[in-house]
Amino acid sequence: MGGFFRMPSDLQHSYLALVGWHLRLALVPVLIGLLIALPLGQLCVRFRWIYGPVLGVSTVFYALPSLAIFVLLIDWTGQTDTTVMIPLTLYTLVVLIPAITDGVRSVPEETHAAATAMGFGPVRRYVHVQLPIAVPAIVAGLRVAAVSSISMVSVGMLIGNEGALGNLLADANQYHRPILAWSSVITIAVIGILVDGVLVLLRRLLTPWAAR
Amino acid sequence: MNLFHFLNAFFSDSANWSGADGIPQRLLEHVEYSLLALGIAALIGLPVGLVTGHTGRGGNALALLATAARALPTFGLLVLLTILMGLGLTPVMVPLVALAVPPILVTTYEAVRTVDRSLVDAARGMGMGPLRILAQVEIPVALPLILSGIRSAAIQIVSTATIAAYVAFGGLGRYIVDGLSQEDYTKVVGGAVLVAGLALVTLGLFWLAGRLLVSAGVRRSR
Repeated sequence: MGGFFRMPSDLQHSYLALVGWHLRLALVPVLIGLLIALPLGQLCVRFRWIYGPVLGVSTVFYALPSLAIFVLLIDWTGQTDTTVMIPLTLYTLVVLIPAITDGVRSVPEETHAAATAMGFGPVRRYVHVQLPIAVPAIVAGLRVAAVSSISMVSVGMLIGNEGALGNLLADANQYHRPILAWSSVITIAVIGILVDGVLVLLRRLLTPWAAR
Repeated sequence: MNLFHFLNAFFSDSANWSGADGIPQRLLEHVEYSLLALGIAALIGLPVGLVTGHTGRGGNALALLATAARALPTFGLLVLLTILMGLGLTPVMVPLVALAVPPILVTTYEAVRTVDRSLVDAARGMGMGPLRILAQVEIPVALPLILSGIRSAAIQIVSTATIAAYVAFGGLGRYIVDGLSQEDYTKVVGGAVLVAGLALVTLGLFWLAGRLLVSAGVRRSR
């Protein structure tokens, strides 16, 4: 296993630094995606008719290949982290918007009415009743978005070493060191599964009332 | 130098329209890889999803399997398998199939499992066996969702088949990968727009398939 954790010097990162960079490239987009999808999802709940078009637009974004968006963005954002994070952010929407919309819609009418009767205004009702009940659905969406995002970052390697752990793949080819490709694939898969586990844990913490 | 300039230069160059590196040839290769990968993924995902959805068992195991497959980095797997097995179709197909199986499998399972129980009970009451219930009740009712799972898999395959060019394969990715290494931006933009266009056409085809295949009664009730 010699070389699994020892990174070639041209990467200018230690193994752990690559992992950190990879997580940042993959998860910042999920966070931004969530911040965009929460209000959009709420709009879709309030105005049913916009749900179809919103979902349609996000599906079209999703159909645009990451490599294609990367190269088209280089003109504006250069070979930077931003270039990698923009398409990843767009991709999360196709998962997160339906997760949030369906989750909030699944709140029973009686619960909604009870909150109103207790004097909850729209904002408090949203934060204290609708969102918590929607947590399982939202976390389910976050899991898919986060794991896919972690797996997709590597393609950034093709636009000039912007793929964090994916950059190992170019070196594996160039230096004929398969161990580097193993290191890349295994590490990415493991952090994907770990992040998935953390999100499951988060759901349990946020929904203590749910049956185990 | 803007986008349209590159596009115009790419698509008006007659050298790009014929021969082994011509657009028709590359497009054909891209569609071939995509269809093959989607076909294999559907052969794995659909039967397993239908059976587990029908019995309602194995959901946890499927979710675990889907997470594991999703966690596998497609591009990394492609490079690793190519290093291990040499250039060939298998190193390209394995990652694409691994990418496409989870959406097909999980969506099909969920679609069949969540079919209104009273419909299934009515069918059973009418004397239908499990196979007829699956074929005549569960699949037609679940079809819109099942199609959306296959659609999502197809779009991911079409987008991702681009990276096959990195390991010396054809397809539309050739333009992007070659263009990047030759610093020929016209080629890169042309290839990127072609892949995006093909993905959008795929989206349109599935919309059409939904209109044609989903029974009118099911469509109205949604």
